[in-house]
Amino acid sequence: MTEEMETKGENDQGESPEERWQLRLYVAGMTPKSLAAFANLRRICEEYLEGKYSIQVIDLMVNPQLAKGDQILAIPTLVRRLPEPVKKIIGDLSDTDRVLVGLDIRPLAGLGEGRGDRR
Amino acid sequence: MAETTINETPVLEILQKCPTGIKGLDEITGGGLPLGRPALVCGGTGCGKTLLAMEFLVRGATEYDEPGVFISFEEKSEELTKNFASLGFDLNDLAARGKLLLDYVHIERSEIEETGEYDLEGLFIRMGYAMDSIGAKRVAIDTIETLFSGFSNEVILRSELRRLFRFLKDKGVTAVITGEQGERTLTRFGLEEYVADCVIFLSHQVANQIATRRLRIVKYRGSTHGTNEYPFLLDEQGFSVMPISSIGLDHSAPTDRVSTGIPRLDSMLEGKGYYRGSSVLVTGSAGTGKSSLAAHFVDAACRRGQRCLYFAFEESRNQIIRNMRSIGLDLGQWVDKGVLEFRNSRPTLYGLEMHLVVMHRAIEEFRPAIVVIDPISNLLSAASEMEVKSMLSRLIDYLKMKEITAFCSALTVGGGEGGRTEEGMSSLMDSWILLQSLEGAGERNRSLYILKSRGMRHSNQVREFCLTDNGAKLQDVYVGSGGVLAGAGRIAQEAREKAEALERSQEIECKQRDLERKKALVEARIAALRIGFDSEEDELERAISRGKLHREVVTQDTLAMGRAREADATPPPEGNAPVSGKRERR
Repeated sequence: MTEEMETKGENDQGESPEERWQLRLYVAGMTPKSLAAFANLRRICEEYLEGKYSIQVIDLMVNPQLAKGDQILAIPTLVRRLPEPVKKIIGDLSDTDRVLVGLDIRPLAGLGEGRGDRR
Repeated sequence: MAETTINETPVLEILQKCPTGIKGLDEITGGGLPLGRPALVCGGTGCGKTLLAMEFLVRGATEYDEPGVFISFEEKSEELTKNFASLGFDLNDLAARGKLLLDYVHIERSEIEETGEYDLEGLFIRMGYAMDSIGAKRVAIDTIETLFSGFSNEVILRSELRRLFRFLKDKGVTAVITGEQGERTLTRFGLEEYVADCVIFLSHQVANQIATRRLRIVKYRGSTHGTNEYPFLLDEQGFSVMPISSIGLDHSAPTDRVSTGIPRLDSMLEGKGYYRGSSVLVTGSAGTGKSSLAAHFVDAACRRGQRCLYFAFEESRNQIIRNMRSIGLDLGQWVDKGVLEFRNSRPTLYGLEMHLVVMHRAIEEFRPAIVVIDPISNLLSAASEMEVKSMLSRLIDYLKMKEITAFCSALTVGGGEGGRTEEGMSSLMDSWILLQSLEGAGERNRSLYILKSRGMRHSNQVREFCLTDNGAKLQDVYVGSGGVLAGAGRIAQEAREKAEALERSQEIECKQRDLERKKALVEARIAALRIGFDSEEDELERAISRGKLHREVVTQDTLAMGRAREADATPPPEGNAPVSGKRERR
């Protein structure tokens, strides 16, 4: 928690505490993949979780010791800290549908695929 | 059976090696794993991959002062610590001293959603961080294939694996990577493609319901290595591989002797006993005294202060001690003094190879001068003749190399198995003593003879082997017109002979006396005759002298008479009387 590199979060609008999303994005350097992931995440959050999310970006190049805590293998990895349970999404988050499934965000629009399917 | 060479002649800059510290493995690999490179250890479930990987690190940390990182994908750090505590590895202590770092990487497929491009940089960073934090020289990764269950994009995984191995090489760490055995491949996901330098395969085979663990070096680029399957052992001391087949026939040949413990047997062997470092085989059917012979040998050795290791596959230690007490040998005292050690196990406890490994290690630990294997034939129960021969030859070679005198007993059953056994073993043995039961006259007696004893002029005689309260004794058997006799037959025959001899001597005495008597008689007679002759001679001589005297007297008288008569003519003297008278008368 303490080693956040860059915190981007829009404070919630005082809705129910359960609806507060705490997200953590692990990257390793500002690689194109990392940047893409961050951009995609921002976009999705803005679209679906507007006003009730916080994003913490952790650069493992700077803080390699943090990889252990969240069991990070793949880069980029998005971890949903809250609401429970913890969920992990890997990849550059370019597949919005899967991100929504992975984050378990109740969709506003109908989703195409089920969880287990491959792209 | 391929021969194995371990020698390397460095001409150019050869592959540098990282000693594993694992018993035997360094010998097979000719010095260890390739330094600064990853090596793959693969095998089925429960064959000891994790243990090998961990021991590699622990030995590195404790013996070579090389810190290590254990990346576990399967077991949690606490579990590992607990598991290895039973092997005597205190992982917590090593971790506290900064010699070892356990890192558990958790992968749970259900928690991971893949959404586009990714790589495993996080894992690399994590590993790199762990390595850097303790300055690791060694890394173990167990089992990296778990990644395949956690991520679905195999294309990415494979390229990342390739990158991982390159990463490890760049880090300059010597790594052990474990992999699960696949259906047709060495590892389930073909890790061997990535780790090209050294691949070690572990197996756990069950034959005749006896499991044997084996290790084989499938590949070792840039190095010679043993190619056989080597049995190995996992126990409270960790991992031990026995490179027993790597021994050649170039052991030394001591010329000094060791006593057999039985004086008469020594004298059958040029009066000195077996050669030190030779192998002695004693065969015989049940109850012929093989163990007793072994016990004598051991007892004598212990008395000289030599250490003996007794592998018993039939009896318990206490049973042997008790039984040998009945022939006056107290082996218990040697056990108490620590010069004698018994290793008792059932032959079926594990496979032949494993027995060899266990024996090998016991010998390494105890460092005996004499090893007894009683009986070696029991080991055969679960193996084919060829296996036995190969195992024995390796054992004998090993013992010879160590200049340990080996005393093996083997049970023979009339013909069949026994005959084969002997054929299989005899060529390996330097001395072969045969114990036999001689049956006859309603009893069985033990006999002993030396079938062969290389390098000495041994006796060719059959001896009777008697077990008495005061130990084993060898006696001459009766060899004579009645054939070879032993036991009561021999005693009876001897008695008979004694009687005959007595009778003969009496007869002679009798004749002698007869002769004496006759001689005395003759002598008496001779004496009597002589006496008679003497008296006769006396008589005759007296008569002769009397006659002479008479004649003289007559002559004198005649002369005197003539003178008295003044005869003119003197009577002619007798003999040389004067011629006048004669003339006169004419």
